[in-house]
Amino acid sequence: MPLSSHDLISIADLSDGDIGSLLESVATYADVSERVIKKVPALRGRTIINLFLEPSTRTRTSFEIAGKRLSADVINISGAGSSLKKGESLKDTAKTIEAMQVDAVVVRHWAAGAAHKLAEYIEPPVINAGDGAHEHPTQALLDALTIQNRLKKISGIKVAVVGDILHSRVARSLIMLLGRLGAEVTAVAPPMWSPKGLEALGCSISYSLDDVLDSVDVVYLLRIQRERLSDHMFSEQEYARTYCLNRERLNRAKPGCLVMHPGPMNRGIEISADVADGEKSLITAQVSNGVAVRMAVFYQILGDVVS
Amino acid sequence: MTSGDSQIMDAAAMRRALTRIAHEIIERNRGVENVGLVGVRTRGIHIAKRLQAKIRDIEQVECPVGELDITFYRDDISTNPHPQVAGTDIQFDINGKDIILCDDVLFTGRSIRAAMDAVIDYGRPKTIQFACLIDRGHRELPIRADFVGKSVPTSLKEKVSVRVNEEDGNDAVEIKRG
Repeated sequence: MPLSSHDLISIADLSDGDIGSLLESVATYADVSERVIKKVPALRGRTIINLFLEPSTRTRTSFEIAGKRLSADVINISGAGSSLKKGESLKDTAKTIEAMQVDAVVVRHWAAGAAHKLAEYIEPPVINAGDGAHEHPTQALLDALTIQNRLKKISGIKVAVVGDILHSRVARSLIMLLGRLGAEVTAVAPPMWSPKGLEALGCSISYSLDDVLDSVDVVYLLRIQRERLSDHMFSEQEYARTYCLNRERLNRAKPGCLVMHPGPMNRGIEISADVADGEKSLITAQVSNGVAVRMAVFYQILGDVVS
Repeated sequence: MTSGDSQIMDAAAMRRALTRIAHEIIERNRGVENVGLVGVRTRGIHIAKRLQAKIRDIEQVECPVGELDITFYRDDISTNPHPQVAGTDIQFDINGKDIILCDDVLFTGRSIRAAMDAVIDYGRPKTIQFACLIDRGHRELPIRADFVGKSVPTSLKEKVSVRVNEEDGNDAVEIKRG
């Protein structure tokens, strides 16, 4: 089924039916990546622009691989090498891209709302790959899929999302999506990173990881975003003492408790190296699922384009 | 069936046609030791499974059966957007095998073109052959079936509907007038 929305900017763009059909169909896309010939011609002749104006390895690569496995032509534009460096506005860049008859634009931008703006400027569908502290919908979809694959359900499970909620687009999208799928989400953060009005997203709030550890099925650790923090406000050691998921804390968690992280990890700050690489970690599964989820999103968005 | 529709095959006719096709597959391939059956979703899978059972009865050989989803290989994504994808499941190695693609109806030939592309992405079969229950004509590509249950002249306004017990509760082929 096509998505009910022209663009994918926010989890709110997806209907319950969209979410259901995306999660349901992903296994078929994952199969393509398991084959020797990891490519199907479904989107042959379509052109996708990856407009990444903020550093990214896994998300950009994941979108690129997803497009290529469906035979679309994927062009990467990064901030450093683009005309934006020469002072071109986002609008002019958008219009330039549109004039080249592209079929979809994936955008990563440092400013919240940039993806929405871009979608206003151009006709082709826009997929948000992270805009400032706003949203990162495909990350949330791949995380939900990873949980569902492992626990066989999402409804009724308990998830703690831990860390810098205030600056995290991953947290916003994930809390919204998991809430809609019936999970009980607790946002765990130091008070300075627990934004006002967070409950409106449908989660409860805690300031202590240790308080929630024995009751949750999944601990989802957020990256400490050093690039968004000023040095004197924040001590990594102090944060790690209270919030780092290390072996000792994991041993106190509910048996079977799973560990997730969107990457890239700061080992020793939000997660210890042995937990990151341990048997409870779903971190590499998240990455694999990212490609399949983005294939599903591309196909459902671009399959609707009449050439 | 509503008025204007007609049944062109009942369960017995379907059974006899598939029995004959099974014999033809065995004869053409001089036995079935190297044969693998691949059904095109959805009804082709049931055709493939029935041929497997018939071949087993005749030759006492169990041919492997695979399931093929051709959604990603179709050339009509623009005119027929968003068919539901269900996945391909081929558990045997198709390299060097004689692959019998199975489908219910051969019409324009576009589905089977897509199916051949899909199979080839899983390996290099020795041959690809094609069995269909109904050939209704109106080819748009240079494609023909190797094994045909029944050739039925149709008009483009008509719709051929193959019903199989496993999906539809009975075995029958009907032509519906457009």
